[in-house]
Amino acid sequence: MRGRPQLYLSYGQDMALLNTPSKRWWTLVLVLVAVLLPFMLEDDLLVVLATAFVAAIGAIGLNLVTGYAGQVSLGHAFFLAIGAYTAAALSGDPDSTRLIGFGITSLPIWLLAAGLVAGLAGLIVAPLAARLRGLYLAVVTLGLVFIGEHIFKHWRELTGGVGVGRPAAIPELFGIEFAVDGAMFTKAQKLYLLMFVLLVIFGVLARNLVRSRIGRALAAVRDRDLAAEVIGVDVTRYKMIAFAVSSFYAGVAGALLYVMIGFVEPGSFNLAMSVQYIAMILVGGVATISGSVLGALFITLLPRLTRELPAVLPFISSSSTAGGITVFQVETILYGLLIIGFLIFEPRGLFGIWIRIRTYWKSWPFSH
Amino acid sequence: MNEFVATVVRGLGNGSIYALLALGFVIIYKSMRVISFAQPAFMMAGGVLVSYLVLSMNFFLAVVVALLLTALLGVGVERLALRPMIGKPVFVIAIITLGIDIVIRTVVNSFIGLDIRQMGDPWGLQQLNVLGVTIDQRHLATLITTLVVVAALFAFYRWSRTGLAMRAASSDQEVAQAQGVSVGRVFSLSWALAAMLAGLAGVFLSTGIGLEQNLWLTALKALPVIILGGLDSLGGAVIAGLSIGVVEALVGNYGGDVSPLFGGDFFLVVPYLLMLLVLLVRPYGLFGTREVERI
Repeated sequence: MRGRPQLYLSYGQDMALLNTPSKRWWTLVLVLVAVLLPFMLEDDLLVVLATAFVAAIGAIGLNLVTGYAGQVSLGHAFFLAIGAYTAAALSGDPDSTRLIGFGITSLPIWLLAAGLVAGLAGLIVAPLAARLRGLYLAVVTLGLVFIGEHIFKHWRELTGGVGVGRPAAIPELFGIEFAVDGAMFTKAQKLYLLMFVLLVIFGVLARNLVRSRIGRALAAVRDRDLAAEVIGVDVTRYKMIAFAVSSFYAGVAGALLYVMIGFVEPGSFNLAMSVQYIAMILVGGVATISGSVLGALFITLLPRLTRELPAVLPFISSSSTAGGITVFQVETILYGLLIIGFLIFEPRGLFGIWIRIRTYWKSWPFSH
Repeated sequence: MNEFVATVVRGLGNGSIYALLALGFVIIYKSMRVISFAQPAFMMAGGVLVSYLVLSMNFFLAVVVALLLTALLGVGVERLALRPMIGKPVFVIAIITLGIDIVIRTVVNSFIGLDIRQMGDPWGLQQLNVLGVTIDQRHLATLITTLVVVAALFAFYRWSRTGLAMRAASSDQEVAQAQGVSVGRVFSLSWALAAMLAGLAGVFLSTGIGLEQNLWLTALKALPVIILGGLDSLGGAVIAGLSIGVVEALVGNYGGDVSPLFGGDFFLVVPYLLMLLVLLVRPYGLFGTREVERI
C-alpha cells in the first residue's frame, strides 16, 4: 500500500476526513501555524483573528441549513442573539438587581446551554420552514430578526436595554480565566487559542455530520425535496434537524462573539448581521465547511484590510467627519461588490478558487 | 370616533407607501420570480434625488425627473448585475440584490449625510380639518397619488400591448418569447417600474418629516406586505399594504390601552407578526397563486 496512497480499497477510506496524504500534511502544517501565531502576531490582530474563528463557527451553522439543506435563512442573527444572551445571563452576577444572572461562569456549561436554547428556538421555527419554500422562508426568517430585535430591546432584565447593554459571559475553564491577562499569556493570546480549539472541535463535528447519513439526506432535500421524499427521506424531520443544528451552532457562536466583543448593544443583532453571515458562506463557498471558515476569515478581516487603504490611496480619508470618500464607505461598498462579484464570477466562492488552483497543480504540466 | 377616523386615515397614508413599495416587489417577482432586496436602495435614491433637485426646480417637476433617473438606475442595475444571472437559482439572485442594496445605499447615504434632508414639498406638516377630523395633508396626498398610480398601473397591465407582453412573460417566458415578446425588454421595464414605484414611495415617505439614513428600514415592511398579499398578486399587494398600514396605525394608537406589552414601539413589529400568523394558515398568502408541484 505504501506506494499507492490514493488507492482506496473501501468506502470508508474514500470518505475519510483526510483521505489523501497531502491533506494530512497540510492540515498538520495549518494547525501548527495557527498554534504558533499567537507568539508572532500583535495582540490586536489576534483579537481580530479570534473573532473570525468565532464567526466561522456561526458561518458553519448557517452553511448547514442554507448550504447543505438549501433552506435560505436570513434569521441567523436572531439565533446568535439567543445564544449570546443565554450565556450572558447564566454567567451574570446573581446579586444584581438590574439584570438576570445565575453566576455560572464555567465555560462548557454556559456554552452548551447557549447552543441548546438557541437550538430549541430553531426547533420551534422549523415547522414554519417545513411548510414554506425558498424566498417565502427567507422573508419569514427576516421577520424573525425584527421580532427578536424588538424583544431584546425591551427585555431590559435580560439584555440591559438599548444603549446600556450588559457584560458578556465570563469564560472560565479548569480555573483559567480567559478574559483577563495572565502571568504567562495575555488575554488576546488565551482567547485566540480557546477560540481556535473550539473552532476545530465544531468544524470537525460539522464535517462528520455532513458526511454521514444526515448530511446526505440534507443534500437530497436541498436538491429536490419532492424527489427526496419519494426515495424515503423524511423531509420535515431533516429540515427540523437542519434548523436545530444550525441554530445550535449560531447560539454557540453568539455566546463566544459576545465574549470577544465584550459588550453588545441589543440592537446589533440585526438584519445586517444576518447578511454578514450570508456573505461569509457565499464568499467562502456554499455547502463546504472549510469554505465557511475561509469566508468568515475573509469577511472579518476585510475592515482591518480596508483600514490600511488610506496609507496607499491618499484620496480616501480615515475619519468619518472629513469630506471625500471615507474608509467606512469604501469598506461597505467593497463588501457589497464582493457579494455581487463572487456570485456572478465565482459562485463556488473562495473554496472554488482553491479547488481550481489545486486541480491546476495536480495535473501540472498538463492542462487537464 | 374622530380620533379613530384620523388614525385610520394616517394608516391609509402609511399603508399606501407600503403598497407602492410592495407593487415594485411584486412586479419584479412576476417577471423574474425573485424578491429584490434592492428596493430600499431605490426608495432612498428617489428621495435623495428629489431633495437635491428641488433646490433648483418645482417640487412636482423634481419628482418626475427624480423618478426617471431612478428608473434609469433600475435598468442599469438589471443589465449589469442581473441579466448575467438568468437561469441561476433564485436564492443566488436574491442575494445579489442584497449586495446591490448595500452598494447603492452607501452611495446614497453619503449624499444624505447625518442631517435630515427636506423634500421641499407643498404639504409639509400642515393639517386639514374635515368634519372635525384632523388629517395630515401629506397622508391624504400620499393616498390619492397611490390610488391614481395604482389605477394607471392596472390599466397599463390590462389594456396596453406592453402590459399584455409583461403578463405573457410572467406566465411563461419561453412561450412568450415564441410569440415575439422580448423577455429582456420585459425585465428592463419591470426593473424600471419597480425602481420608480420605490422612488415615489421614498418621496412620499419623507414628505414633511424629511429624509434620513434610517428610513430605509421602512422599505423592508413591504416584505410582510407582499407575503401577506401573495408574491405574485398586484391587487393583493395594494390591499395588504393598505390593511397593514391601518392595523399598524391602530395598534400604535390603541395598543398601549390594551396592555403595556403592546404599547410603545410595538406597532413596528406588527407587520411581521401578522405575516407569521397568515403564513401559518395560508402558506401562499391571501391572494397568491398556489404552486403546482411536479415530480
